[in-house]
Amino acid sequence: MSKALPANLEQIEVNLKKLTNQRTRSSLLGIAILILVFFGGTLVSLEANAGSFGRGIANFFNYPRDLFVDTFEMGWKYWPRVIKYIPELIITLNIALFSTSIGFVLAVIFAIFSSRNLIRNKRVIQFTKFFMDVTRSFPTLIIAMVFLYLMGKSSLPAVIAITIHTAGALGKLFTEAIENCDGKPIEGLSSVGATWTQKIRFSVLPQVLPLFLSYGILRLEINVRESTILGFVGAGGIGELLAALIQWNYGADVLACMFLLVGTIIALDYLSAYWRHKLIGVNQ
Amino acid sequence: MSSSLAIERDNILKLFPDTFKQARKSRLKGQIIFFLIILYLIVGFFTLDVVDIPKKWKPQNAAMFALDTYAHKDHVTMKWENHGDIKIAFEGSYRSVYGRDNLDKSIPDWFYKNSDNVGNVVEFNNKGKAILYKDRVEIVNFPKYERDFTIKLNTNGKPYLVGSEDLAEDDLKGFRITENRVEFRPTLYERIQVYPRKVEIHRYSIGWKYFWFDFSSPLEPYSFFEALGLTFSKERVVPEMSNLKLFFTEIKDNEAFMHGRVWWAMLETIVMAVLGTMFATVMALPLSFLAAYNVTPIKALRFTLRRLFDTLRGIDFLIWSLIFLRAFGPGPFTGIFAIGFTDTGTLGKLYSEAIENTEKKQQEGVQSTGASKFLQHRFGIIPQILPIFVSQSLYYLESNTRGAVIIGAMGAGGIGLQFLGALGTGNDFENVAYMAILVLAAVIFMDRLSAWLRRILIGSDQLIVR
Repeated sequence: MSKALPANLEQIEVNLKKLTNQRTRSSLLGIAILILVFFGGTLVSLEANAGSFGRGIANFFNYPRDLFVDTFEMGWKYWPRVIKYIPELIITLNIALFSTSIGFVLAVIFAIFSSRNLIRNKRVIQFTKFFMDVTRSFPTLIIAMVFLYLMGKSSLPAVIAITIHTAGALGKLFTEAIENCDGKPIEGLSSVGATWTQKIRFSVLPQVLPLFLSYGILRLEINVRESTILGFVGAGGIGELLAALIQWNYGADVLACMFLLVGTIIALDYLSAYWRHKLIGVNQ
Repeated sequence: MSSSLAIERDNILKLFPDTFKQARKSRLKGQIIFFLIILYLIVGFFTLDVVDIPKKWKPQNAAMFALDTYAHKDHVTMKWENHGDIKIAFEGSYRSVYGRDNLDKSIPDWFYKNSDNVGNVVEFNNKGKAILYKDRVEIVNFPKYERDFTIKLNTNGKPYLVGSEDLAEDDLKGFRITENRVEFRPTLYERIQVYPRKVEIHRYSIGWKYFWFDFSSPLEPYSFFEALGLTFSKERVVPEMSNLKLFFTEIKDNEAFMHGRVWWAMLETIVMAVLGTMFATVMALPLSFLAAYNVTPIKALRFTLRRLFDTLRGIDFLIWSLIFLRAFGPGPFTGIFAIGFTDTGTLGKLYSEAIENTEKKQQEGVQSTGASKFLQHRFGIIPQILPIFVSQSLYYLESNTRGAVIIGAMGAGGIGLQFLGALGTGNDFENVAYMAILVLAAVIFMDRLSAWLRRILIGSDQLIVR
């Protein structure tokens, strides 16, 4: 045994060297690819950008400064304006909340039909998964623009677009949650002769509901941002207002809208973290 | 049996009254929440005008939109005052007229002289025919129609359907007759309109015509593969350039589908997403170390950085892109920095949480060898968090691709702006469909790419959250 050790040590050294070399080589390759992508992308950007990069950096603070200067000139008259825009904010929140709720329900249905431990038919699972992939991959803006074109200006296209996207995005997460849940309660219920719906109601649902709600709250936060953006292209709410104010160059009002938005998003961020913490005990 | 069960139940109820009271209470809570949600949905239903969907939904518009995304049409126009000069144009554009002198573009074979050598026949795909004469239009041979029709101008110069008074409503299916127009549209694919001054016929066919080579291209007579074959032949199609060069320039400069411009825009969008994510990763990496309590002892610095992350994230890429749009003008830099700034906040928060959740033992092991603080972090923390970093960054790459499309549509350029442009023209819906498919493909591609990279880099394509 003790005689064999030196030979083994040598072998270990050789292997170590080989491994280190291999790792170094793949790291270098990765870094080279990253640098290549970086320079290629920069070249494309420089080619496609209208203004020059240097002037852009120099001008970066101009617009925010103009906004703040406008605001300070108004003095105390400013605050009533901020309050004036709250109803528009509520429209945006309403769009987000409503479409998240409907999307949530649709996602639960999709998830049930795409979970391997609930459905035996492989075709159904594949089809539902593909359908969710497609609905998830379209940017909401594209769906909303098409519906805006077809239905005219209103909040409905935003509701439809966000609902479709939410159903796909949540559906994927819900499927994972259902597929990862403990199979024993299902077996237990099967052993006493429960029907398919009873099994879902009493074994799967209690396990996944906290997770579902947690994902749903996270989605709500994302959807508030989305509905603001869709407002920008004509779906109403604070986004549309902001777009108009920017066009008219009302600096102080633009800043008021931005404050409302940022305040809402940060508040929602904290709230959703708190709720999710309460629901599933971890703050992921 | 059942009575003994009931007795047993009562016994259990008596033994553990608190447990059952609590269960009832929590069930009631659930019911109240459920009721409130239903109440909100009803309120939302009315405040958001969801009830108006049937009123706002215009099936005619939607059908036209859907039809135009997968079909193309040719216009045949005849002016009554000059009935010999019949114009046939692709999609009605004055730039793509068949049989014009300066273009070597022959008249399509569905347009020919009638057997009586007087009328001109437009034959539809369903074998139905419209025959144009100098004083009338005859509609013959349409499937599902037992009779033929004739449309004439009356003495006041208004169009009318000959003998329409004698026909039952059922025979007049597909006709729409107003004072100044007689329209015949049996299906979506055939449309004949007669006005006091002219006759206009739309003939639809399925498919994207001129997808590879546009109307006036010298390669148009060839199919894609024939043209590809031509690139290997020495005989030049046009004397100015080689066939290979011609092949690529003709595809690139296609006027109908604008491949060159669309693909360049797609590249811009992807560059925005990739460089934006790279920017955010590079910024967030050092900052997250400074914001983690097990690396940075200074509480004030940690607090400041945490709030900085919250602010960057809270400002949202919409507002960032508005600010950068003013500074950089339309172009990828706006998108790169908007995505980069927002994600510096998101990734910074996630990274610093990951650093705080690392095992202390590995760092202590390195410390026991007498290593400096820097080396402790390098060998004690980084190997633990690297997979999480890579996984998180790659995960955001996919959603940033979607974000880049949106930023583009708000003015930064790229495929988003092209899409808005095509939708805005109101009739290039095949381009709208083409770009929507491209965006879909790009997002799915980025999703798969990031999953693949995660798999080969860290051995698992699931998002790692610690």
